[in-house]
Order: sequence, then C-alpha cells, then structure tokens
Amino acid sequence: MAKKTTAALFDPALIRDAVRGSFVKLDPRQLARNPVMFTVGACSFLATLLTLREALAGQAFAVNLQITLWMWFTVLFGNFAESLAEGRGKAQADSLRKTKVETTAKKVASIDATACKTVPATELRQGDLVVAEAGDIIPGDGDIVHGIATVDESSITGESAPVIRESGGDRSAVTGGTRIISDRVVIEIRANPGESFLDKMIGLVEGAKRQKTPNEVALNILLVGLTLIFLIVCVTLQGFAAYSGTMIPVVYLIALMVTLIPTTIGGLLSAIGIAGMDRLVTFNVIAKSGRAVEASGDIDTLLLDKTGTITLGNRMASAFIPVMGASEEELAEAAMISSLADDTPEGKSIVRLAEEKFGMKAVERRTPDMQFVAFSAHTRLSGVDTGGISIRKGAPDSILRLSGNSGSAEILRAVERIAKTGGTPLLVARNQVILGAVHLKDIIKPGIHERFMMMRRMGIRTVMITGDNPITAAAIAAEAGVDDFLAEASPEKKLDLIRREQASGKLVAMCGDGSNDAPALAQADVGVAMNTGTMAAREAGNMIDLDSDPTKLIEIVMIGKQLLMSRGALTTFSIANDVAKYFAIIPALFMGVYPGMAALNVMRLHSPQSAILSAIIFNALVLIALVPLALRGVKYSPAPASLVLRRNLLIYGVGGIAVPFVCIKAIDMIVNLFMGA
Amino acid sequence: MTSFDILQFLAFVAVTVAMAVPCAGYLARVFAKAPVFADFLFSRIENAVIVIAGPQMERQQNWTAYAFSALIFNVTGGALLFIILLAQGWLPWNPQHLAGVNPAQAFNIAVAFMTNTDWQSYGGETTLSYFSQMAGLTVQNYLSAATGLAVAFAVIRGFARKENPALGNFYADVVRVTLYILLPLAFIFALFLIWQGVPQNMHAYVQAVGLEGVKQTIAQGPVASQEAIKMLGSNGGGFFNANGAHPYENPTPLTGFAEMVAILLLPVALVLAFGRMAGDRRQSWPLITSMTVLFLVVLAFGVAAEMEIHPALAALGGHANMEGKETRFGVFNSVLWTVATTATSNGAVNSMLDSAMPLTGIAPLFNMLIGEVIFGGVGCGLYGILIYVLITVFIAGLMVGRTPEYLGKKIESYEMKLAIIAMMIYPVCVLGGSVISLLLPAGAASITAPGPHGLTQTVYAYASAAANNGTAFAGFNADTVYQNVVLALVMLVGRFGVIVPVLAIAGSLAGKKATPPSTGTFPTHGLMFTVLLTGVIVMFGGLTYFPALALGPVAEHLSLFAH
Repeated sequence: MAKKTTAALFDPALIRDAVRGSFVKLDPRQLARNPVMFTVGACSFLATLLTLREALAGQAFAVNLQITLWMWFTVLFGNFAESLAEGRGKAQADSLRKTKVETTAKKVASIDATACKTVPATELRQGDLVVAEAGDIIPGDGDIVHGIATVDESSITGESAPVIRESGGDRSAVTGGTRIISDRVVIEIRANPGESFLDKMIGLVEGAKRQKTPNEVALNILLVGLTLIFLIVCVTLQGFAAYSGTMIPVVYLIALMVTLIPTTIGGLLSAIGIAGMDRLVTFNVIAKSGRAVEASGDIDTLLLDKTGTITLGNRMASAFIPVMGASEEELAEAAMISSLADDTPEGKSIVRLAEEKFGMKAVERRTPDMQFVAFSAHTRLSGVDTGGISIRKGAPDSILRLSGNSGSAEILRAVERIAKTGGTPLLVARNQVILGAVHLKDIIKPGIHERFMMMRRMGIRTVMITGDNPITAAAIAAEAGVDDFLAEASPEKKLDLIRREQASGKLVAMCGDGSNDAPALAQADVGVAMNTGTMAAREAGNMIDLDSDPTKLIEIVMIGKQLLMSRGALTTFSIANDVAKYFAIIPALFMGVYPGMAALNVMRLHSPQSAILSAIIFNALVLIALVPLALRGVKYSPAPASLVLRRNLLIYGVGGIAVPFVCIKAIDMIVNLFMGA
Repeated sequence: MTSFDILQFLAFVAVTVAMAVPCAGYLARVFAKAPVFADFLFSRIENAVIVIAGPQMERQQNWTAYAFSALIFNVTGGALLFIILLAQGWLPWNPQHLAGVNPAQAFNIAVAFMTNTDWQSYGGETTLSYFSQMAGLTVQNYLSAATGLAVAFAVIRGFARKENPALGNFYADVVRVTLYILLPLAFIFALFLIWQGVPQNMHAYVQAVGLEGVKQTIAQGPVASQEAIKMLGSNGGGFFNANGAHPYENPTPLTGFAEMVAILLLPVALVLAFGRMAGDRRQSWPLITSMTVLFLVVLAFGVAAEMEIHPALAALGGHANMEGKETRFGVFNSVLWTVATTATSNGAVNSMLDSAMPLTGIAPLFNMLIGEVIFGGVGCGLYGILIYVLITVFIAGLMVGRTPEYLGKKIESYEMKLAIIAMMIYPVCVLGGSVISLLLPAGAASITAPGPHGLTQTVYAYASAAANNGTAFAGFNADTVYQNVVLALVMLVGRFGVIVPVLAIAGSLAGKKATPPSTGTFPTHGLMFTVLLTGVIVMFGGLTYFPALALGPVAEHLSLFAH
C-alpha cells in the first residue's frame, strides 16, 4: 500500500498462480457466475464427449479433438484473465491486510475511567471506548473523543511524517492499524470487526465477494441475450441443414456457436471490473463499493472545498498598504511585531514578508516584556502590548470597532480593493490608530487551472465552495478557473446545492473532510472523504482518499470511465468479429451440398476443417491477446463524447471487423503447414 | 433502370416528403392536444365518446394497465371478426351468397387483421362477403393501425415524462388517433381513389363475355373505403386476391403512385414528429437518416438483383425477368413497391415475389427480419427502431465511458432486459417457426418448390407473420390447417411480444428523472450516432439471419448462376 506501484503486468509468480486458478475455476459452480463462459464450458464438455465417442468407435477424430481442445483453451483463457486480475488484486489486498495487524485493545468503561481491560481487537464493537498511548497500535477505526496525539499513519498512506489527531474539530478520525507516537487518547470505536473500510476494500480488490455493478449487470443481460440468439441460430441451422439435405457434424456446430457468442467480452468482463478496483487502490483511493466507482464516470458536477483544494491551505501576506500618512515600513514593523508570537501560517507569512521587504530581523525584535494577545474567535483580533505600545491586527470590522471610528474613506477603499481581488484584508492599529492594511492572499495551487480545464473537457462542471464573501469568492474562482462558486457556504447551503443539482438530474461528486461536510458527502452521489478528515466524514463518503488530495477525483472519474469503455470496446470488438467468423464457417459447412457456396469463402481458406479450426483458434487467441488491454483499461483522454466514440468505433468496431479476416487467414495458413505435413 | 424510373423515383421521394412534413406537424399537434383546424367537429365527437364511455377513458394508466387495455381491446376485436367470418353466411351484404369461412382460416384472418399483419391465406373476392370486408376487415384495419399509433404515443410519453410513470390512456389514445388522424386521411384518400375509378358499391359481381368470347366474372364491391386505410394504416390486406396488382384496387398510374406515397406517409411523418413530441426536434434526424439510408441501400440491392439477367433468358436476348410482374409496372416499380411495403409492414403486393430473382428476395426479407424498422408500420416502426436505439445507446454509452442515456433517461439493466426480450422475439419466431415448418410434414406440405427456394418460401412466410407484414411468396400454400394456426400464433407473438416489453420500457423510463445533457453526454442527434445505429441494425439483423439467408436465396442464386 505504501508504494504506489502496481505489480508488473505479467509477474511470473502471479502468472503461476493464475494458471493454477484457471483450472480451479473450471468448477461449474464458479463458471455459472459468468453465463457466456459457462456456455462455452458446457459446449466444450459436450464436444469432449462426442470426440471421445468417435475415438472409441475407431473413427477419425483428429480435427474434432483439436477443435475441442481449443474450446477448452477458450474457457481456460477466460479463467486465466480473471485469476490474473484477482491475483493482482490479492497482492493489493495483502498489503492492505498487513495494516490489519492482530492487536489487543485496552477497553475502558468511560472517558475518565482509569482501569482498563485488555481484549483482542477483534472483539471490539461499535461504540466501545479504548485507550491508546504512545507506542500502541490503534485497534480499530474510530474517533478520538478525548485527548490529542501524534499518529504515524504511514502504514496506510505511505506518508512518513506523523500527523496530529485530536478530539473535537475536523481531525479526530483514526484508522485501525496506525500507531500512536506520543500522548494518550481515548477512542470511540466506530466499526465492527470486518466492517471497516479497509475490510470492504480488501473484499473489492480480491474479487471473491465482488458484487456485480449495475452497469455490469446490464451488459451481462445483453451478452446473455446475444448468447441465446446465437444458440437459436445454431440449433435452427441444423434444421435448415437437414432440410437442405446434409447434417452438420455436431462438433462443428458447437464450434460455430462458441465462435459466435461474445466470448471475448464474456471472458474478460470480470477481469475488467477487478482490474478497475485495483487501479483505484494504486492511486491510494479506497472505494467502499464498485457502484461508486462506476457512478464517478457519470459525474456532472463536482463540488470542491476551496481551502486546501483549490488554494494552498493558508493565506499569505503579499503586500502592506499604509493609510492615513503612515509609511509602509512603519506598518510592516507594527504588523511584524504583533505577529511574533502568532503561530498561524498567516502570522508567519506577515513576519516573512516584513523580513523580505525591509530586512527586519524578527528574532532581534522580541523582548521579554512583550505581552501577546492571542486570537480568539470572539474578538477576531490578536496583538501585542510592549512598552506602553499596543498593537492589534485583525478583521477590518474588529479593528475599526477598536479604534472607535467608522473608518475613513481611504481605509475602506483599501479594504475593498483587497477584497475585490480575492484577498483577505487585515487591519493593523497602533494605539488604536489604524496604520494600514495587510493583504492576505489565497495562493492557488500550482497546476490546478489545468486540472479544471481537463474536467471541463470531460464534461464536469466544477463548483468551488467557500466561506468567503461572494466578491472574494468570485475573484478566486476566476483565477482558479472553476465554473461556479458557492460563497458564504454553510452545511445547509452545501446540502441545498447538492439537492438542487440532483433534482435537475445531475450526478454530483463532493470532496470534503470536516464533520460539517458529512451530510453533503452522504447526499452526494460520489462522496470522497479525505483521510485526514473526521470519522463522520469518512463514514458518510463512499470513497476515501488516503492522500487527502481532492483533485484526485479526476483520476477516479477516469478510472470509472475506463471501466465502462473497456467493456464497451471489447463488446463491440466481440460482435464485430462475428462477420469474419461467419464467412469462415458457413461456406465450410455447406460447400458439400451447395458447391456454389465456395464463392462466400472470401478468405480462400484451405479446407472446411481448417476453416473451422482457424476460426476457433482465433477466438481463443484473441481472448488471451486482449488480457493486457482488459487489465490496463482502454486509453482514455478527456475529450467530448462524440470524439471518444469516433475513435473507439474506428479501433474496436471497424478494427473488429477487419482483424479477424486477416488473422483467420494467417492461422489457416499456419494450420495447413502442420496439416499438410 | 430507365431515366423515367429515376425521374419517377425522385418525384415519389419529393411528394412523400412534401406530404409527410405537414402531416408530422399535424401528428405532433394531435399528440400534444393542441388545437387543430377541424377541432369544432373532432372534439365534439371525442367528447361525446368520452361521455358515453365514462370516466375510465380519462384515467391515466401505468404501463401494465395500458398494455392490458391494448390486449383486451385487440383480443375482443379479433374475436368479433372471427365470429363475423364464421357467420358471414347468415349476415347481410352478401350478394354472392358466400358461405362462412372455415374455423382455421377464420382464426388466421382474424389474427392477421387484428395484428396489422393482413396475411392473406384467402382470396378476398371468393371468400368474403361485403359485410365481412367492411364491418370486419376494414374496421380492424383502422383499429390495428390505431393500436400501433397509440402504443407509439405511450412510448414517446415514456421518454418525455419525468418522474411520472403514467403513459396516458389507451382507449382515449385509440379514439383520438382514429378520429383525428386515420379517419380524415382515409376519407380524403378514398375519395381520390373513387375519382380514379376504384369501385365503391354493394352490387353483385358482373358476368361478362370478353372479346375472346370467354365468360368471366368481374368482382366489385366497397373497394375504395378499404383500399384507403389498407395503404395508410400499413395493413395491406387486399380486397381482391391480386391485391395491388388488381385493376380495381390500383386502376391508374396515378393510383399506383399515390398508394406508394400513402404507404410511407404516416410512418415517415411519425418519425419526423417523434423529436417534437419527445421534446427535442433534433432526435428525429438520426432515425430518419438511418431509415432513409437503409431504404435506399435495400432498394438499390433489390433493383440490381432483379435487373440481373436470368441464365435461361440470356440465351433469348437477355431481357430482365418479367415473370409475375404487371407489364405496366415493370421491374423498377415492382421492386420499389416491394421494398416500400416490406419496409413499412404493409402487406400489399403488386408483383409475385415468388417469381423474382433469388437474390431479390433478400431485400424484402431483410426489411422484415430486422423487425420492419425502416420507417416501419404505423406506430410499430417507431417503437421498433427505439429498441435498436436503446441497444445502440447502451453500446455507445459504454464506449464513451458513461452510463447510457437517451433523451435524458438512463438506460439500465431493466430496460436492457426488456429490449433484449423484444429483440429475441423475431429470431425465435422466424428461425424456430421456419425450421419446424420445414421439418414437419404438415408444414413442409406448403412448399411448392424444393431446395433453397422452398426454404426461402418458408422463411419468408414466418418472417412476414412475425414482423406483421403480410406479403408472401405466393407459391407457398398458406391455406392449410397447420400454417393457418401456426402462422396466426406467430403473428400474435410478433405483435404483442414486442408491444408489451416496449410498453414496460416506456413505463420504467417515464418514472425516471431526466438528466440534462453535458459535454460528457453522448449526443444522440449527430452523425456518429446515426452511423452506429445503422451499424447496429445491420449487424444484429445480418448476424442473426446470415445462415438462413445463405441457405435460401444465396444458395439458390449461386446454384442458378453456377452453370
């Protein structure tokens, strides 16, 4: 999990397992899960019996035997693809599972209880309280309800720097398997054993208990329908043949049926699904269901929290704007001194800006008599008292109230100018006299503009959600290149927006981390919770991003689309192949009774036997040849749907008609080299 | 093909389009219940019917109720027709004193007319009284066409309605389309036919002695009123055995021309109106384009095949095959009529298909085997092609990586399941039915030419019955107890086996909410979609029936030209 690499496509160890798996999966009960391959299996079995009968009767059976073997290969190749995908999934699951170390938990009765009972982690139930101290492995997913601790989450995120987790606020969730580095916390367990999101993901990538997704079900219906249609075609063909005065050898008829039914997509369908989940894990995203991944390919609207997503988490001081005759240096100095004890990124950035602009040395300015006033949500200002001077910095209305005036036109103009460009103004006052404003600027993440452009090409509308006022929000939205924004957002407003979008029929994705995002995450069709977020958020979402990178939704969307496209491409290819197979087999079957049929043998195949054999060999080989495509997924680059369709139709539709003509002819020539010898 | 043929074909296309466009506007207004020119008359009659029928005609029906009403209504109509046919000896308007029809044949006729197939295992003038023709067949000609239109309306509502599973009211729809659309059009057309010389009387047949001194019976009757709806309602059951080749059904070049236009008028107009009715006019274009392209390709194929000189004629100077054709129609007009009637589910014939060149048979067979969706029958052509559209949309959706949607409605496993069921009806009926008929002595007895031609005859009969077309390879003896009964069953399955799933799809879609299109949505009005739709129709039709066509017409052709 820690390393973001996938196993090489054909790792020898995986191949070995997959080969074994392809035989194990011949079990009819397992084959029955896949109607198309089950049909091929049943056909192969029937052909085996018929060949056996001929062999026992002392008739020539060489051709039938070869046909039968290739049919079995078709089944095995399909099983192999599925086994290989599962094997790769298992490798992923094993690394996930490694994080689920067998641990014991120190269960407590209440938050302030001191006595604890040691129980195995597997016995913990939802609602239990456990204590974890420095060095302990956290026994299960939950929320910190008391205390603060540094936690090493490298086992699941691969990030070596420890993170801080504390009760209350948006950073309270902890994951089972991670380790406490310092301090002591009380954790309320939120998931029963076997139900944590890691467990769910392990189930998904292993493919064993994989539920078919809605789209997979629909496609399966189409494939079953095609299989039935070709079953009717082949059964009635024997009747037409009987009327025409010939009987088709049953093995040939079975061969025709196997080549016509959509074996290519049928054999690779589950491999595509498992491989899709697998790709998601390599992106460090944990999905709770395959349905959510598929839905992500359909997303119309994406809601993104501004802070930490579109902008770097912190605002930076970018300019000092003096007013009322104060000099810029005077303002910078006051702002810097007031921020000396300010540990917030904003405070630090003010100090840094003053140092850069005027060469002031922060460390030299600090004196022991300084009395710092910390920022509080109530006063919305902070500052310092030193040597009879009192400096305060804070939100414009707070400072204006403090200085007791309603602000001159000049001050208001400065504040407004900053706000209009998307910045946040901070006023600085010395002894209640306003010196000027500090321009705090949101820094747009590098590269984010391109990411949004890409989303637009994919047909996704991006909406930025921010607590900022509309003017600021508009400026940032324009700079970042989002399509729309929701300013002064409250949890209710977010929820309303999602409901409104959904009511108009759109599929909405939402990225969030805070507890106040949880309702919106639950309401959204695709809710991606950040791993750093609260347990509430992680439970509400249907995916968790271990890297806490909201723009990763682009990759999730691409994987969702790739899943469908791989299925569509192979379905089209599979159906298109049938044209050539007809031209190979039908003349071969009827040239005896209607010599004129030779005119339909457009490939000029050598003999009826080699024609049928070549078709069935092609059918088996094409399945194995397309395994890498199924596992990797069809190439997707963001473009309007009609362009994507045109490309895929040319490659898999037109290509699907042409390729088998060439290949069957080539196989026929090779077959005749051996047969002729 | 002479330049006159081409000129006439261009005129045919121009007149059809010129008439279909205003007709489409009218259909859309009737569908939307917008005021139309003759409202003062129609709405009064409609209101009177509603008052008599009571509140059940105003009740909105969900798909099961709608489908159930359609079934009950048609079965009742069919049963009534069955009784009329059995009892015609005692019923009035029977100047020839024709006896009651035998039960097997009566069953076949009743089903054929109730399902809009109009398969004719009988000769009209020698079997049916004027009462049977007027009160029986003609009435069903109206009602079966009205059923098709009503179902099409319900299906369109399924796409257009949002989160409202009701599909309208079947009875109200039937009354409305009959009153506003079928009756006025057929009335005008019947007057035109009478003017051109089509009889409309209740007289007994006339005995006459021709110039050769041979005594002959000239049949007549209320022909025009039946002929009009026969062409407009894609029915095709002729008043006379010779159908469209009979001079009283088709007396002048002008009637031949007008009847061909009439065949296509409502199917084309309905497809043109579809987009408007469903709320996005552009959606008509891929359907109409795809249909037109297929029509032209099939026509070109048929004409080319029929123009080929038969080896036996080559020695005699190389004339095109005129056996079974009216000399006044010639090769081109005969093939055009054949392609137009089989494209549209109209069972009318003006030449003997049985006598056409082997490959020519592929043209009408293809039209029917794909389910008559090249314009198709009145109503059924539209809902038939919508099944293909759903499958196309599904594949296209997969290929662009998005859950498939059409007109904003998501196509999911339920819709796919029903679409596949509707798609499988034809292979089961046509392939299954033909093989059983070929192998059973009772069925094989109907074949009049052994070898591949007999296979084609049989496949054609079952394709015609399943697709509710009604044309036939006339050599095939359809009036046996076996064929009368089995073909009637095939007609029933072919009709209602599609109507019921299609209504179920509509009901499911109507209850869904609509997704507004975005750039990620695959546009279903563009060229790519048209190409894909055409491809899906050809592939599905081609792949399913390739072996049957290879062993029938293709084998016959290859044997014929091998020497």
